Amino acid sequence: MIRKWFKNKEDENLPGFWQNYASCFEEKLPRKVSDIRFVVFDTETTGFDFDEDRILSIGAFRVENNNIEIGDNFEVFLEQSHFNPETVKIHGIIKNERFEKISELEALKGFLNYIQNSILVAHHAGFDVKMVNKALQRHGLPKLKNKVLDTAALYSKTRISSNLIDREKTYSLDEIAETYNIDLIERHTAAGDAYITALIFMKLLNRLSNGKDVALKNIYRV
Amino acid sequence: MTNSIAIRIADFLGKYPPFSLLDDVQLNSIAQEVRVSYFEQGKAIFLKDEKVHDLFYIVHKGAVDLQKVKENGEPETIDKCDEGDVFGLRPLFAKENYQINAITDEESIVYAIPIEHFKPLATSNANVGNFLIESFASNTRNPYSSEHRGKLFDDQDEISFKQEALFDLQPVAVVKKMITVSKDTSLKKAATLMSKKRVGSVIVVEDKKPVGIVTDVDFREYVGTGIFGIETPVEKVMTSPVICYSKGITLAQAQLTMMKHKINHICITKDGTPNTKVKGIVSEHDIMVSQGNNPSVLMKAINRASSTPKLNRIQSKVLYLLEGYMKNNIPVTHVSKIIFELNDATIKRTIVRCIDKMDAPPPCNFAWMSLGSQGRKEQLLHTDQDNAIVFEDVPEDKLEETRAYFLKLAKRVTKRLNIIGFEFCPAEMMARNPKYCLSLSEWKQQFTTWITSSGMDDILLCQIFFDFDITYGDVKLTNAISDHIFKTLKENKLFLNRLAVQALRNPSPLGFFRQFLVEEGGEKKDLFDIKKRGIMPLTDAARLLILEHRVKNISNTAERFEKLAQLEPNNKELYLACAYSSKVLLKFRTRQGLKYKSNGRFINLEDLSKEDKVKLKRCFKTIKEVQELIKIRFETAYHS
Repeated sequence: MIRKWFKNKEDENLPGFWQNYASCFEEKLPRKVSDIRFVVFDTETTGFDFDEDRILSIGAFRVENNNIEIGDNFEVFLEQSHFNPETVKIHGIIKNERFEKISELEALKGFLNYIQNSILVAHHAGFDVKMVNKALQRHGLPKLKNKVLDTAALYSKTRISSNLIDREKTYSLDEIAETYNIDLIERHTAAGDAYITALIFMKLLNRLSNGKDVALKNIYRV
Repeated sequence: MTNSIAIRIADFLGKYPPFSLLDDVQLNSIAQEVRVSYFEQGKAIFLKDEKVHDLFYIVHKGAVDLQKVKENGEPETIDKCDEGDVFGLRPLFAKENYQINAITDEESIVYAIPIEHFKPLATSNANVGNFLIESFASNTRNPYSSEHRGKLFDDQDEISFKQEALFDLQPVAVVKKMITVSKDTSLKKAATLMSKKRVGSVIVVEDKKPVGIVTDVDFREYVGTGIFGIETPVEKVMTSPVICYSKGITLAQAQLTMMKHKINHICITKDGTPNTKVKGIVSEHDIMVSQGNNPSVLMKAINRASSTPKLNRIQSKVLYLLEGYMKNNIPVTHVSKIIFELNDATIKRTIVRCIDKMDAPPPCNFAWMSLGSQGRKEQLLHTDQDNAIVFEDVPEDKLEETRAYFLKLAKRVTKRLNIIGFEFCPAEMMARNPKYCLSLSEWKQQFTTWITSSGMDDILLCQIFFDFDITYGDVKLTNAISDHIFKTLKENKLFLNRLAVQALRNPSPLGFFRQFLVEEGGEKKDLFDIKKRGIMPLTDAARLLILEHRVKNISNTAERFEKLAQLEPNNKELYLACAYSSKVLLKFRTRQGLKYKSNGRFINLEDLSKEDKVKLKRCFKTIKEVQELIKIRFETAYHS
């Protein structure tokens, strides 16, 4: 009770869009995987330093019951002050490019409104979630409240574990896409990587649930 | 908001009709509305009598079977859609329920197009509308394709899924690319062209009209025998006049004509007489291929296939053949031999094509080994690919360079096999893994390590290496490995004991009251795991006993037991029962796999008839007995 009161007190000082987002979590998640809304996302950043580097773009798709609605996507490019010439080579986003850009705060607003209480899915999710959390922190906001699934971790669960195979091996998006025969389109853009991750995620869900409509907790259990 | 993926989806759609008939703006607006759906293998996208969806579909990845439901309720495949084919068009034209089933034949990604957005385009663009109407009415996916075949001389070996009874009256769909030469062309040049294009005939034309034909047979009869020299003009040996028909010729007609004239090629001309332009050629081979029920023709098609998608199509036909065999109760030994040969040829063909595409020929002799079920010639359904490479010993400073070459080759081969339908091994037991792409002495060392010092976990994984079969390359290398294994085994009795413990890890699947032991808990609860409980114990037992006898070059489980029956006359009956059981179990698994389009591993007991259950129980009794024998012979009690 006291904790709740504190929480409300804390929330009261936060902007309306955060309160809207936070209120989504009052609703309990459906039990069955087929009823759950997943948001598969990817961020392109200026680099790998959580304090120095910034998000350049966010791309996301909703996955519900093995479907992706292409029109129902989320894709934003952020205005930059920090610039790292090293990473431009990878993602090709440079300052003043043709995309319409919005401020970091606007991007976060849009993203929170898009994800609501969905389960977030990303490849090496820890990185992307932390990047978003760091951005939230810069605007005095708390961390993301969503549950998270990491496709890299899920994929290694589908591999047979034995001492003949390197258990610690990390799997790149390209490797998994090749295994699952997925075309690499728009690689190294947030939207492209999010889309590839979404296709991989659907294939993984099927493999992990053995083709049945299982409860979410079973996916977390594996 | 930007949507860069929608643009990519539009790129894909734009390659196929009816979307290729739209302009960029229309395409992009449709792409925005696409729903990307993922289906596992064997899932229904829609079923007969289901209310129509407000969508129609185009296959992006995978394959979808369109099935008619026969009167006895059995589904029958009438068409197969793969990348770029549209289906489920009924709701564009009618409000009534679906008339056919659409079932995924493999794991698929399908784009669903909302009709509400597409219909305005279909009504405003006459071409789009016509395509869809024809497509829907003719029940073929692509009404342009039959014409394309005539115009573009598409040389695909098409697979026919048409109903057998009506089959003979179908028009011949296969009109192949043909080679034409003029009368004064030399036989040498004609032969060179034929072997280059891998065809069995050339048509001699004058003014684009056919005046004669020269086939493989003519070369045998006239050139090989020395009657004519290779510089002779084709005019001297050609058969003339040419038997001509127009494009609509039915299969029955074509076959009768060939029989009547004792020929194996028919020329297709514009009006069916030799007085008009040549359009293409129909060969006996093509007709047989289109019937899709002849292994020798499939074999030929595999050896001629010049692209991975083509091999993929042929492989789906191999499954079709398998289904027919199972329905007709052909003995499983016979079936597995044929399917093994066809799979083996597919892998060989893939390797040959990959070697051709490498920058340089292989730096030394090597062998491609198939392991596990393909190595044991028991791979009826497509399961995982397990393979390895052994190459000749090279000087140490060349070793890594050589390995790099073979790894690159293996990467290409395994990737293509994956596309063809042999999925990647989840444990990476593939030749592209540096651990399994070794020189001969490295392999010997590896086997020594496994045999002398492996723990239980290693044994589980390494034992499939004892079931290898050479698929391609230098047989001396694989023989050297076998010899080495047996030599090492002789000095290490303990290894066999460890293998014996492994062979007994899955006890006979019958419980105390002779009921089936089903899987407890997990997603497969209450299903019976036929691989783990039935096939594996037998495979393990056969491997162990044959290694004990040091018999080389037999890797098939049933054949191993048959050999054992010869070697140990006092256990003859038990071993023959084991051989029989392993065939029965393989058949059960294959049936199950074909029925559910899966790897057939898990069986729902409710699917089994009383008779099936009795048969299975008899197999399990045999497993129990052979396990008893192993227990006593290898004194496993001390180790387990």
